[in-house]
Amino acid sequence: MQQTNRLRPFFENLTFDRDDNHMVINFGPQHPSAHGQLRLILELDGEEVVKANPDIGYLHRGMEKMAENMIYNEFLPTTDRMDYIASSSNNYGFALAVEKLLGIEDKVPRRAKVIRTMLLELNRIISHQFWLATHALDVGAMSVFLYAFREREWGLDLIEDYCGARLTHSAIRIGGVPLDLPEGWTDNLAKYLDKVERAVKEDYEALLDENRIWKMRLENVGIIDKEMARSWAVSGIMLRGSGFEWDLRKEMPYELYEELDFDIPISDKMDSYGRYKLYMEEIRQSVRILRQLIPMYHESEPQLMANVPQYISPTKEEQMTQNYSLMQHFVLVTQGMRPPVGEVYVATESPKGELGFYINSQGEPYPYRLKIRAPSFFHTGILQDLLVGCQLADVVTIIGSTNIVFGEVDR
Amino acid sequence: MAQHQVNYGQDAGLPVALTTIDKIVNWGRSNSLWVLTYGLACCGIEMMASGASRYDFDRFGTIFRASPRQAEVMVIAGTLTKKHAEFIRRLYDQMAEPKWVISMGSCANTGGMFNTYATVQGADRVVPVDIYLPGCAPRPETLQYAVMMLQKKIRREPANRNRNLKQKRFV
Repeated sequence: MQQTNRLRPFFENLTFDRDDNHMVINFGPQHPSAHGQLRLILELDGEEVVKANPDIGYLHRGMEKMAENMIYNEFLPTTDRMDYIASSSNNYGFALAVEKLLGIEDKVPRRAKVIRTMLLELNRIISHQFWLATHALDVGAMSVFLYAFREREWGLDLIEDYCGARLTHSAIRIGGVPLDLPEGWTDNLAKYLDKVERAVKEDYEALLDENRIWKMRLENVGIIDKEMARSWAVSGIMLRGSGFEWDLRKEMPYELYEELDFDIPISDKMDSYGRYKLYMEEIRQSVRILRQLIPMYHESEPQLMANVPQYISPTKEEQMTQNYSLMQHFVLVTQGMRPPVGEVYVATESPKGELGFYINSQGEPYPYRLKIRAPSFFHTGILQDLLVGCQLADVVTIIGSTNIVFGEVDR
Repeated sequence: MAQHQVNYGQDAGLPVALTTIDKIVNWGRSNSLWVLTYGLACCGIEMMASGASRYDFDRFGTIFRASPRQAEVMVIAGTLTKKHAEFIRRLYDQMAEPKWVISMGSCANTGGMFNTYATVQGADRVVPVDIYLPGCAPRPETLQYAVMMLQKKIRREPANRNRNLKQKRFV
């Protein structure tokens, strides 16, 4: 057993002394293509993986425990650091969970909803581009990495114009959004969307779709059949790549997704190549959604935060002119909002899959328990089944294709 | 570097530049800083962005290497946890002298916002750090500036770093 006062890693069901021809190799935790701090202990028979053991926890920062000692608004920036490729989707998942707990999700103003959906889809594009960049780099296509990062920077510029941050946005708050879009932002967005659409078609797909090396390394690698997908509870593109039509944006619509017109791409190929095609298709769908959102933004009223003085701070103007509003703001900032007793589980479709927040509230300003259901965690678990039987060189492809982010796995 | 301007076009122009060993060695060292990729968390993404198209780290002679044997700068980008601390020290020890460490972002500097049971409160508890760079996450420009500061620092150092080893060894 592990001694509590000594930090020595120990491994269950794993013997390092062996007398057969198998070799045990250690992959990570610091490996450039491990997508963070994944440690895999692989048992090899020649080049073939016989047993794979993912070891996680190298980025465990105790976020769920931190949440128990923070007021709800304080915890929001911490969610940025979970899936740091697409921070706004974490902010949104948490904000929506708290809004459901407070019962104010219908009071979020229309303009805030439009901006939130815009940010979510922009994050989806950025996240998918980042996935493509790193995945292609791991497989050996360096130029795709450079192209995808170039377009990703343009997307980050838009987000930076809006909220001032590149990576950790905190741009979605409980009850709305803090800021309106700056002037000319939607025009820039429209230009960006054209560029992204062209990049997907002329750069990524032109370079990769018929690329012999890319096809040889991705096709029939990392096959997740339906049974396996179901038993490991995978979600997002990993699930849709196995032929399930399941997207929470359609199944349990939140925000404006009910009004928007978009398709859920699915693939029956079940391999890494099929999933790559889905990622490209999802970028196109996100572009389509964003194009529909631009006129919706211009039609909406300028209110940005829900008008629920009990939970949400009043606007700056009210604070400065009305004594009672200032008092309320003071109490909300110093003590925090006190949601009713109850529990809530809210799942949203983050770029990686189903991102769920469970909050148990005892009526205190701090959650009694906050549990995050991160999609990457389940996608790391599937590695122990998925890697068995494949070649050592395919390990990198499969890890890349699962799109795991360790801030989210270990939390 | 060169103390004397030499006009090579002139007949009597000498193809010689005068300098000191320290200066020429440090000139070479500071302009070919190979970085060990150490993306631990969010800052690792910004570190990747610095190496990618827009920020293009290759201009500084800074190339990301995956092996500690080939690297001389370790950029600790992200939260260092207690479970990982052992490995960062091992990789630091594997790097060949001369070596420098840049601690990128609040988490690596002080533990940042994660003051919990799992995180190391500052990477300098495990490895000696040369440059601390603030921000959560720092922009790629900040990392570029840090590399430039490190270049400045290297140029000031004596070429024979054995003198400094005593100061650097601790724990």
